[in-house]
Amino acid sequence: MVSRTTDDYIDMATAGCQAVCEPAFWAGFDRSSAKGFYDYFCQLTEHEPKRAAKFGLSHFTWLCINPKESEDVKLAEEVIAIIPKFLDRPNVLGIGEIGLNKNSRNELKVLELHVDLAARTNQMILVHTPHLEDKLKGTRLIVDVLKSDKRIQPERVIIDHVEEHTIEVALDAGFWAGMTLYPESKCTAARAIDMIEIYGGERLWMNSACDWGISVPLAVPYAALEMKRRGHAPEVIDRMVYQNPVRFMSQSPKFKLPKA
Amino acid sequence: MEARAKLIDLGAFIDRVERATGQEDFRMAAFRAALAELDKQQPQKARNVLLALSDPTTEPIPAATTKAACGAWPGKPA
Repeated sequence: MVSRTTDDYIDMATAGCQAVCEPAFWAGFDRSSAKGFYDYFCQLTEHEPKRAAKFGLSHFTWLCINPKESEDVKLAEEVIAIIPKFLDRPNVLGIGEIGLNKNSRNELKVLELHVDLAARTNQMILVHTPHLEDKLKGTRLIVDVLKSDKRIQPERVIIDHVEEHTIEVALDAGFWAGMTLYPESKCTAARAIDMIEIYGGERLWMNSACDWGISVPLAVPYAALEMKRRGHAPEVIDRMVYQNPVRFMSQSPKFKLPKA
Repeated sequence: MEARAKLIDLGAFIDRVERATGQEDFRMAAFRAALAELDKQQPQKARNVLLALSDPTTEPIPAATTKAACGAWPGKPA
């Protein structure tokens, strides 16, 4: 995880995590050229798998130019042009996290370019939805783009960072939905478990925010503990924190975990 | 107990804002509108709070001028 320390890998391995799935995202600053992204994609496909492997963690990744840097369409086109060079790397699961940030016209255009790339290269898609006041509108716009491209198979797409007002938008359209857990400002474990109880766990999973902001890589193990405290059966907990992510990502032939 | 603590925190936050001088901005107005959702005899209160704080428009904005969200919709297209 580019934004995290090695200690986080140790904690995850200690807590029983099997794999890390890291989307390409914002560096905390805007990169100055497509060459910066080339180096970043090398980091995600060469260095990070080695760093995680030291602690027995498999490392998988998704590639794109993040929506936060999608206002510059020319830069985005240059970055999208180099992504195919990396798609055959053994830990690349697909295109992501693509989507919208402020719901601008240029962000939408770059989203369409990414969706086209995924369709042309038969890649799975991981979608970032905007935060806070922008989430509802952005989720609707993203789903419209995905549904309008008939090459896209909804079951091979996960709409991430859903909350109570957007989860139905994703699930009703046939997509998977991800609930990203944060210690503050966004979805908590308690609310995510509420949504599991309301919507069931067919195409739903939880993931831990691991970014530049305040976040907790062990958020999913803590959520599993909260599910246990609420009385959920072990098989239900296992399905939400392990089996469902495995089921979705196993649609990529590259997603293989070491045998326990 | 957890909900009680959060409720008192909210009360303290509003007290803090009201002790300050100057006019409230759109975020506080949106906060008060969202707070009212909790007192309605309707289900899905978390969803309704989120909706009260959301941009309800449907058209993309002309250009992104900032990266961060601020938590409430200003009330007009950006």
